[in-house]
Amino acid sequence: MARARGSLRRRLLRAKLAAVIKYLVVVVVAVVPLFPIWSMIAWLLIQSFSGRVILGLIPSSLTINNWRFLWSPIKMGLKEYPNIWPITFNTLLLALGVSGLVVLVSTMSGYALSRMEFRGRTALMEFIIALHAFPSVILLIALFVILNKLGLYGKGYMTLLGIVLIKAGLEIPMASWIIKGFFDSIPWDLEWAALVDGCSRWRAWRSVIVPLVLPGIGAISIFSFLAGWSEFLLVFTYVKDEAYYTLPVLIYHMIGEFKFIDWGMLAALGLFFTIPTLIFFSTSQKLLLRIYVGGVKR
Amino acid sequence: MVKVTLDNVSKFFGKVRAVTDLNLEVGDGEFVALLGPSGCGKTTTLLMIAGIYRPSRGRILFDNEDVTGLPPKDRNVGMVFQSYALYPHMTVYDNIAFPLKLKKVPKQEIDRKVRKVAKLLRIDNLLARRPGQLSGGQQQRVALGRALAKEPDVLLLDEPLSNLDAKLRILMRAELKRLQKELRVTTVYVTHDQVEAMSMADRIAVMNAGKLQQYADPQGLYNKPANLFVAGFIGSPPMNFVEGSIREDLSGGYYFDAGAFKFKLPKELGELISSKSIDVVMGFRPEHVKLSLNREEYSIEGQVYVVEPLGRDIVVNVKVGDMLFKVVTKPGVELRPGQRIWLVLDVDKIHFFDKFNERAIV
Ligand SMILES: Nc1ncnc2c1ncn2[C@@H]1O[C@H](COP(=O)(O)OP(=O)(O)OP(=O)(O)O)[C@@H](O)[C@H]1O
Ligand SMILES: [Mg+2]
Repeated sequence: MARARGSLRRRLLRAKLAAVIKYLVVVVVAVVPLFPIWSMIAWLLIQSFSGRVILGLIPSSLTINNWRFLWSPIKMGLKEYPNIWPITFNTLLLALGVSGLVVLVSTMSGYALSRMEFRGRTALMEFIIALHAFPSVILLIALFVILNKLGLYGKGYMTLLGIVLIKAGLEIPMASWIIKGFFDSIPWDLEWAALVDGCSRWRAWRSVIVPLVLPGIGAISIFSFLAGWSEFLLVFTYVKDEAYYTLPVLIYHMIGEFKFIDWGMLAALGLFFTIPTLIFFSTSQKLLLRIYVGGVKR
Repeated sequence: MVKVTLDNVSKFFGKVRAVTDLNLEVGDGEFVALLGPSGCGKTTTLLMIAGIYRPSRGRILFDNEDVTGLPPKDRNVGMVFQSYALYPHMTVYDNIAFPLKLKKVPKQEIDRKVRKVAKLLRIDNLLARRPGQLSGGQQQRVALGRALAKEPDVLLLDEPLSNLDAKLRILMRAELKRLQKELRVTTVYVTHDQVEAMSMADRIAVMNAGKLQQYADPQGLYNKPANLFVAGFIGSPPMNFVEGSIREDLSGGYYFDAGAFKFKLPKELGELISSKSIDVVMGFRPEHVKLSLNREEYSIEGQVYVVEPLGRDIVVNVKVGDMLFKVVTKPGVELRPGQRIWLVLDVDKIHFFDKFNERAIV
């Protein structure tokens, strides 16, 4: 009896030890990858407020001069770039446009792919995913022709709209696939219950199905926002008027066109570039966590 | 309230014949149970009445009006799904209110109805919770509340009590039956529990493998099962069956020959059966047998095999040849395994079925 109790205590101790080790491993695995990322961001922050940067690495003396693009046009050498705010607005427009369109189209197409039986559904789905395999570079010329034909080239905001359409078009296939998985996990019974309760199919989709795929909608809205926000190639190729630049293109020019690089301002710009993303992320991630379980016996 | 008629309805899923040529009429305000083993097409039938599935063949009528092509929302049915299918993102209150909102019932009216139903089903303290925070039985009652609150013309219940504990189930059975009679709502109640069906329904439709086996009131099913399946399905413990043939003896009397035993039949009965079929299955219910320590008329000799006490009754398993028969009797007589005993059958309550088409002869 006593011996049994002793071995029980030993086993308990061993279990506790195992738990501690397990948590230790989890913490290390979780924290270590975060460390370089956060340290980079912290470094950027310090960088952006320092007057002189020795060798582009070591900061010294406090200044807000690096953030001057916030209140005055950026002047570099002979060239003067447009004010940062309209550019930010353009970028936001592009990102929100892409995100909105992607969410709208793929919640519907994902639903159709998940719920409706039609001939060639599997083939269509394979085709869609294959579509995503092509990088947008190879489409540049063809898309240029289309934009031109549609009269969307060189037309300021209309060009941006054209880019929204293109970018959304490129993102929709993947987004539909992702959201289809979310729709798949909703039992038919729920949808049927809504129909019996007096919904049209459309209303059932809106009132019952969509609220249950909010996490999926959150996910695709974040990644399509990011895709739009950081889109470089399409804007760089199709937008010639500086007034309709977006932030990535602006930053590119800041790096590219000068022999020497203003590291301090680049750091500030880089930080500025990430801020809206962080805001968007922190608002839409609430959707990600809106997961309801239960109510349906499986 | 409406009368529901299924007119030669079939539903096929590719090669699977879920329901075949079903004819069923549920009267205005009637409580009908769909009873059958798992996979016999009960849920499919309900979903067709609700308008979710379109029949592959046949028509569905509400008050003699063809509703086969009518979408579910225009049928005013209330349904409790086998899986409850509560909306996980809504509170209990909103779940129950949802159909009413869709009907554009005024807010105050909705509130009144929701609270009334909730109180009736004893979920009024759960109204603010979400389905994920409820037990299975509570979820089931919320589902019932949602179906009832909208005051449907037809109420479809797919095993609505299966997740309740025994006590609550018996309570809810009575409650539901009373409610149904009070509201006079036409009800189709799916269950695979024959006691539930027998105790609640006005009429019971017994299904097997997608086909209707018999449609009758509980007494009718019990007393006059139409075929072997119904006879074996209704009643607990189930009916005893013996295969054998009807023979005539030298003196012109009839007897049933099971191989292991011979059982003398009254002359009229023997004539009646043998005029229809020779190879038959004899069936008798465990509760229609008397045990006797001596040979009597219309008895079968056997040995006590095992005794199962059930409290009020005991079930005695009697071995005859290599067959086992169950007999329900009152406790009292001391029975020892191996003891010789006679099963005295009530001749008026023996059933005979054709061995090949399995239909009832008498
Ligand atoms: N969507 C479907 N596709 C293919 N076969 C189906 C489908 N729905 C049901 N079936 C088949 O039809 C038959 C009847 O199914 P149904 O769900 O009506 O059974 P049930 O009587 O409700 O059974 P249970 O008591 O287990 O709920 C089963 O054999 C089932 O496999
Ligand atoms: Mg079922």
